[in-house]
Amino acid sequence: MARVFVPLVLAAMLLFAAAPLVVASAPVEQTMGLVQKIFYYHVPSAMLMFVSAFVCGISSAVFLFRRSAAADRVALAAGELVVLFGAIVLVTGPLWARKAWGVWWEWDARLTSSLLLWMIFLAYLLVRRFGGPGSEKLAGAMALFGMANVPFVYVSVNYWRTLHPKTSVVMTLAPGMRAAFWFCVAAFAAMYVLLLTLRKRLEDRQAEVEQLYLATDD
Amino acid sequence: MRQFLRVAWVVMRKDLTVEMRSREIVYTTVFFAASCVLVFAFALVREGRPLEDAAAGILWISVAFAGTLALGRTFERERHTETLRALMLAPSDRPAIYVGKLLGILALMAIVEAVLVPLVGLLFHAPVLARPLWLAALLAAGTLGFASVGTLFAAMLVRARSRDVLLPVLLYPITIPVIIAGVRGTAALFQATPDEPMARFWAALLLFFDVVFVTLSLWTFEPLMTES
Amino acid sequence: MKRLLSLIVLFALLPGVVALAQEPAGTPSAQGDFVPVNQLPAQTEQLPAAPLLMGAYAFVWVALLVYVWSLWKRMGKLERELAELRRRVQNP
Repeated sequence: MARVFVPLVLAAMLLFAAAPLVVASAPVEQTMGLVQKIFYYHVPSAMLMFVSAFVCGISSAVFLFRRSAAADRVALAAGELVVLFGAIVLVTGPLWARKAWGVWWEWDARLTSSLLLWMIFLAYLLVRRFGGPGSEKLAGAMALFGMANVPFVYVSVNYWRTLHPKTSVVMTLAPGMRAAFWFCVAAFAAMYVLLLTLRKRLEDRQAEVEQLYLATDD
Repeated sequence: MRQFLRVAWVVMRKDLTVEMRSREIVYTTVFFAASCVLVFAFALVREGRPLEDAAAGILWISVAFAGTLALGRTFERERHTETLRALMLAPSDRPAIYVGKLLGILALMAIVEAVLVPLVGLLFHAPVLARPLWLAALLAAGTLGFASVGTLFAAMLVRARSRDVLLPVLLYPITIPVIIAGVRGTAALFQATPDEPMARFWAALLLFFDVVFVTLSLWTFEPLMTES
Repeated sequence: MKRLLSLIVLFALLPGVVALAQEPAGTPSAQGDFVPVNQLPAQTEQLPAAPLLMGAYAFVWVALLVYVWSLWKRMGKLERELAELRRRVQNP
């Protein structure tokens, strides 16, 4: 494939392969024990899920208002990644919760909001797949509305669950943990950029193929 | 601005006039909403007594289901008679057409809710007359939020495949904050001593939601309906 | 006749499905309630953490690898199609 990719691929793979080593060397957390180490993969995935949701929403807006086909391809790539990273969050979370809280699921604000965001972008992909011609625009509106909805979802779910907002718990990470955590964030971010670029490239090729088909049909 | 309002008014009047001739959508949607309430009654009433807080949830779920149905049917009629394309060809402000259709849907939903509220009050012993103005405000704000997004998506889906199932697929996740706010606000009003500050908080959130999403819909209606 | 047979098979399977749907005996009761995190009852069972941790990491790896692999496969197919089309455009 492209020359630009190879270093990016190598860097992402190196970082990603080294992540388990870094995680293993981080100190074990006192109360939750070994299972807390899921945090190193769970939180970066959650951060990237939200980042991807915004990328999708913004590029959808550009597609709708500037009619940029490239923006639409970025939106599709970002939408798929929201679902991918969201799936990671929603699987690793309950696995951690089962040990830490005793239950697989809890209707607290953050989990519920994440689930809703994931479902919105799942719907985004469904529309693109099964909506028929012209569904890109509808999906774009869905992504835009989904992105705009994030604060409302969070506020309403937060107040739905408890009458008064919970006081935020500031994570004061121990030095050993902090390094491991940010390393994992970097690894996941690199992976995200790689996947986004690859996926968009795929869509670009697809568009090229379709154009050529139209040309040869004449 | 006057032109905008005139177009919206004309579109709404057209919808209501067509509807009043057969009254098909009104009757069927009202009946559907009532059936919903009945189904929930059988599901959630134990030994003749409804579950606490069930009334608020049932009211809003029925509004959501009936609203989805009404939206689908209204735009199916447009598709069938190809009037939507005619509307788009008219030399008028596109967002005005959106507002006109939205007003028509709101009028329909108002009729449905006028039947639903007494029904829910009757079957679930909910004190609907305790704070009628606050209840009306909550219902109005919530229905506007739901219908604003719904009208946009339903209009867009007119030409899509699988449009019947895609409308709820798209609409429900986006309007969950509306449902949450509506249910919690109504539940606050249905308590033994109605909790007005709570209802006011949820009504404010609904209003905020309405402003944001009506604006977003007005912005995106034109680019969405034009074929590039 | 075929419809009757399929109906009979369906009814035969029904008790099996019902049996499967029963809650397994060992589940703690906390799973059914919406209890805020800080009011959960004390842990009644000690779960080994290692399988959960390994399961989580394995899932992440598998999900990412499957996605990359599917992208790679589709890209290969598209590149072949593109080469074929370009060739066809060159020599009509």
